[in-house]
Amino acid sequence: MNNGTEQNTAIDPKTMCIIVTKGSLDWAYPPFILATTAAAMGLEVAMFFTFYGLPLLLKDLDLKLTSLGNPAMKMPMMGGHMGMPNVVSMIPGVDRAATKMMSNMMKKKGIASIQELRDLALEAEVRMIACQMTMDLFEYSLDDMIEGPELGGAATYIEVAVKSHINLFI
Amino acid sequence: MADQLLDVKGMNCPLPILKAKKALKDVPEGGTLEVLATDPGSVADFQAFCRATGNELLEHGEEGGVYRFILQKT
Repeated sequence: MNNGTEQNTAIDPKTMCIIVTKGSLDWAYPPFILATTAAAMGLEVAMFFTFYGLPLLLKDLDLKLTSLGNPAMKMPMMGGHMGMPNVVSMIPGVDRAATKMMSNMMKKKGIASIQELRDLALEAEVRMIACQMTMDLFEYSLDDMIEGPELGGAATYIEVAVKSHINLFI
Repeated sequence: MADQLLDVKGMNCPLPILKAKKALKDVPEGGTLEVLATDPGSVADFQAFCRATGNELLEHGEEGGVYRFILQKT
């Protein structure tokens, strides 16, 4: 029954909203690949960057990787797949080597960089929202970030999510 | 002969789709875009892309590890 306040709660079937909570080199990929591909397929996409996803909006991206505590990370090496024991991952320099190995692998296999995917997302007018609370918490300023993202809080996200057909937490 | 040729050989998901979407902007309505790719995932992806966007996949095939797609802009 209409009580006088018109509220459009219809879900638009061609919308997607992603909460981005992680910022390592590997975890940066799922949100950007899904967002750009969805946009290419005609969906309206929004990305809400919070906590460790927020650094993905920095002008200078310095994404890193670790094999520490990552038991499922087994990289193609010497014909098979090899993981690394935690006690080795902890050694200084190993994370940097793992990061370098991963980005070399990606370049060799023609996988887009996060910078490229991010540019494509902006070009495709993916709506990017930076979590205001996380910005305050970790003392980031909008000057550190690329042009494009808007600031918002949980309520901003909820409003977008309510209308989104696909809601993802990455 | 397609109106435009897009070579995305050596590029992996999601680049073939993203570049095709961009290239289609310059194709007139009813025109065609030929895409050459090496990403095996692109076979299913281009079919899904056309189903979702309403563009038509006129033909698709593979020759010597290179996948060829003809998209028609509708």
